[in-house]
Amino acid sequence: MNLEKKIERLTLILRLDGELDMSTANMLRQTIDGEIDKRGIRTVILNLQNVQFVDSSGLGVILGRYKKLLPLGGKLKITNVPPHIYKIMELSGLPKIINFYLDEAHAYEEGRGA
Amino acid sequence: MKSNQINLTFSSIPENVGIARLLIASVGAQLDLPLNDIEELKVAVSEAVSNAIIHGYRNIPNNLVYFDLEVTGDTLKIAVRDLGCGISNVEQAMQPAFSTDPERMGLGFVFMQSFMDDLQVESVLEEGTTVTMMKYFKQTPNPTH
Repeated sequence: MNLEKKIERLTLILRLDGELDMSTANMLRQTIDGEIDKRGIRTVILNLQNVQFVDSSGLGVILGRYKKLLPLGGKLKITNVPPHIYKIMELSGLPKIINFYLDEAHAYEEGRGA
Repeated sequence: MKSNQINLTFSSIPENVGIARLLIASVGAQLDLPLNDIEELKVAVSEAVSNAIIHGYRNIPNNLVYFDLEVTGDTLKIAVRDLGCGISNVEQAMQPAFSTDPERMGLGFVFMQSFMDDLQVESVLEEGTTVTMMKYFKQTPNPTH
């Protein structure tokens, strides 16, 4: 799994590339938590365009980051989800909790009053 | 009736979950299964193997996971076996959102159940767990030319 990181003010944009399972979950968790804890990041945007696979280990990390941001007044947003990945997420109920956006621009603008 | 059998034994390390997925995807492609079915098989296998490593062997790497595939006629049978700690209450473990770890969603068995046609879990404490999953597929007719 490759991660492309972009930080704008207190927003972290992460572009994920690869397979999100138990072998890559820890790395993703540490990357996001590090930015939240050290830089005070409060909005995390995950761009899943190049994610080829996700299972419950991967979904657990995403849900865990949502839970971590919630009491901090932060937000987790998901963009560019490929259809076969969305199907797995839908079955897990994740879209009922986390907001999904068409692309990074939509996710970035929402909630900024723009 | 065409049959095929593949047995793979691998160390209980996270990197091998992807290897198990590659194998099931190749077998699915050989059986001419639709892409969507192959995606679902990959998730089911990923969950079963991850469970063996995370729960069966409690993330201790120097153990072995046994991954057995069997194709008979239009049935694909997948068995994932560990010789780990076992599950004390299988029925409870299979409930949605049951997880022993707050970072996890407790959806492993839900995915296996949703994506496979049959799921059996046999477990003995301190002896191990075997997850057996069946997929029934329609065989594509042989090309006439």
